[in-house]
Amino acid sequence: MDERYLTLSGIPIKNCYRPDDTRQLDYARDLADPGNYPFTRGIHRDMYRGRRWTMRQFSGFATAQESNERYRYLLKQGQTGLSVAFDMPTIMGYDSDHPKARSEVGLLGVAIDSLADMEILFSQIPLDEVSTSMTINAPAAVLLAMYIAVGEKQGVASQRLAGTIQNDILKEYIAQNSYIFPPEPSLRIITDILSYCAKEVPRWNTISISGYHIREAGSTAVQELAFTLADGMAYVEAGIARGLAVDDFAPRLSFFFNAHNDLFEEVAKYRAARRIWARVMKEKYGAKDPRSWRLRFHTQTAGCSLTAQQPENNIVRTTVQALAAVLGGTQSLHTNSMDEAWALPGEKAVTIALRTQQILAEESGVAQAADPLGGSYLVEALTDEMERLAQEYFDKIDRLGGVVSAIEKGFFQQEIADASYHYQNRVDKDEYVVVGVNRYQMEENVEIPLLSVGQESVRQQWKRLERVRSERDGQEVRRMLEDLKECAQSDANLMPVILDAVRSFATLGEIMGTLRSVFGEYREPARF
Amino acid sequence: MESKIRVLVGKPGLDGHDRGAKVVARAFRDAGMEVIYSGLHRTPEEIARMAVDEDVAVVALSILSGAHGSLVPAVIEGLRQDGADDVLVLVGGIIPKADVPALEQAGVSRVFGPGTPLETIVAYTKSHVRRR
Repeated sequence: MDERYLTLSGIPIKNCYRPDDTRQLDYARDLADPGNYPFTRGIHRDMYRGRRWTMRQFSGFATAQESNERYRYLLKQGQTGLSVAFDMPTIMGYDSDHPKARSEVGLLGVAIDSLADMEILFSQIPLDEVSTSMTINAPAAVLLAMYIAVGEKQGVASQRLAGTIQNDILKEYIAQNSYIFPPEPSLRIITDILSYCAKEVPRWNTISISGYHIREAGSTAVQELAFTLADGMAYVEAGIARGLAVDDFAPRLSFFFNAHNDLFEEVAKYRAARRIWARVMKEKYGAKDPRSWRLRFHTQTAGCSLTAQQPENNIVRTTVQALAAVLGGTQSLHTNSMDEAWALPGEKAVTIALRTQQILAEESGVAQAADPLGGSYLVEALTDEMERLAQEYFDKIDRLGGVVSAIEKGFFQQEIADASYHYQNRVDKDEYVVVGVNRYQMEENVEIPLLSVGQESVRQQWKRLERVRSERDGQEVRRMLEDLKECAQSDANLMPVILDAVRSFATLGEIMGTLRSVFGEYREPARF
Repeated sequence: MESKIRVLVGKPGLDGHDRGAKVVARAFRDAGMEVIYSGLHRTPEEIARMAVDEDVAVVALSILSGAHGSLVPAVIEGLRQDGADDVLVLVGGIIPKADVPALEQAGVSRVFGPGTPLETIVAYTKSHVRRR
C-alpha cells in the first residue's frame, strides 16, 4: 500500500477508476433517481431547485441579549435559520452562579438559566417564521420546554414550532463528553421527548444524530459514518422498546455530519449514509412511511481542520469542505470562520463564512443538478467501500452487545483515540501535509480581532438570575420540583412536568439538579 | 537507573474537548513516562489534589473553553497550598497569545498552541522537569 495515495481516512485510492470498479452496481437497487429509495442520490427529486439548503450559522455567546443581537444581524444578512450555541454551564445543567460554573459563564455560548433568559434570546424573532436548532443534549428537554414556553408567550402554538434539538446523548459518551446521567435514564428522557413531540410538537426534529463530534474527536470518516448510524439504530430500538410505532417518530430523526478536507471521501460518506439508513429503516425496522427511510442531514465544516497558522487559509479549507457538503446533498450547512482556531469568531469572519455559502449557491452552479457526482466511477466505488467498512463496524458493535454496552467497554473511545493519535503522528512525520503547519510555514504575527466575553456580561447574568429567584413564586417552584422528582421516579413522561416547572421560572440548574438526585451521574472509562 | 517521569494530564472545568489531552497523554506514555489522566469535568482543587496524591513531577493542563484565566491559576494555587510547588506546569489548548504572559506569571512553564508537534512537547518536558 502506497502511503501517499490514501484518503484522509486511510482508504487506498487508485490512479484511475474505470467501469470495472462499479460493475456490481444496479442502478435501480443501489442508486435510483434522487427522491427514490434507497436515496443514495438524494432525498428530493428536484434537490436544490425545490429548496436550497438552509444556511445556518451556529452562534451564541455571553448573555441572551448579546446573542439576540447577533441572531438578528445574521438574519438580516440573509441567513435562513438560527442555531444556538449554549455555554458549558448550560450544557452541563448548572446555573450560572454554581461554583463549578462561575468561571465558564458565556464563554463558549450563551448562558441560559431560566425562561427569563430564553425570552430575551428570542426577543423580536417571531418563532413561527424561523426554524431554530439548539445544540443541547443532556438538558435538551428543559431547553425545548423553554422554547415552547417562549412560543406560548408570543402566541405561537407548539404545533407550529419548527427546529431541532441535538438531544443525541450516545455521541456524548462516545466523543463529546457532555453527558450528565448514565445511559439508561438518558435514553428514557429521549424516548419521552420522542413520544411527546410526536403529538405536541410535530414539526420538531427530536434528535440530531451527530457524527460531527465523533469526527472532531479524531475519528476517521468511516468511523464517523458507522458510529453515527449505529447510534441512530440504537435510538430507533429504544423508541420501539418504549412501545412507540416506528413511523410515529422516525420521520423526525435527523443527522448531523462533519465535512472534512477529503472532498470525494466526504461526498461518498453522505451518499453511503443515505443508502444504509434507508435500507435498515425499511428492512430491519419495518418502517412503512417513506419519510422514515429518508436520511436528512445538517453539515458543519471541520473545526479540527482549521489551523492557527496563516488563518486566512482556513477560508479556502472551509470552501472545499462546504462544496463537499453541497455535492453530497446536505439539507443545511454551517461554515466555520477563519479565526476559530484562536477563539469564537468575530463578526467579519462570520460574515465571510456565510458569504462562502452564498457564493457556492449563487455563483458556482454546483447546486443546479441533483447528485452531480453520481455515476463517477471513483465516487460510486468509494460509496460502496464506505458502506462495506461501516457494515464491518456494525457487526463488531453487535458482537459487543450493542451501542450502550460498547460505550461501557470503552470501545468507541479507544477506536477514536487510536485514530486521532495515528493522524497526529502522520502530521508530525510529514506523511500528511497541513499547509502552514508542517509545510509552507512562514514567520507571521497573527492579528485577528478576537471576540471576548466581558466580566460585565457575567455580572449581568448573575444579577438576572438573582432577580428571577426573588420575583417568582418560590412555593410554586418547590411544588413543581417535587412533582418532577416523583415523575422521574415513575414511568410517566417527563416533558409535561418539565414544561410546568419551566413556566414557573424554575431554573435549569434546579430542574437538572432534581433529575441528578434521582438518576445519578455518569463517569467515563478514560481511554487514551 | 533513573526513575520514570510521572505526569498528570488534567482537564479542569466543564469543557469536554479531550482530543488534545488524550493525544498528548499517549505521546508522554510512548516516550516512557508514567501518565495519569484526570478524566473530565474536574475542579482545579481536584486536579491539584490528584497531582499531590500521585506525586507527579509534571501537570499538563488542557483547556479549550477560554476559562484558562481562572482555572490555571486555581490549579497552581492548589499545588502550592499542598506544598507541591516544584511541579512543572504546562498548558495546551486554545489560548490567545495575549493571555500567555499572565499564565506564565502565575507559574506556567510553557503554553503549547494548536499545531505543536508532539515531539516538541515531549522534549520540552524532559528537559525542564525537576528530577528527584
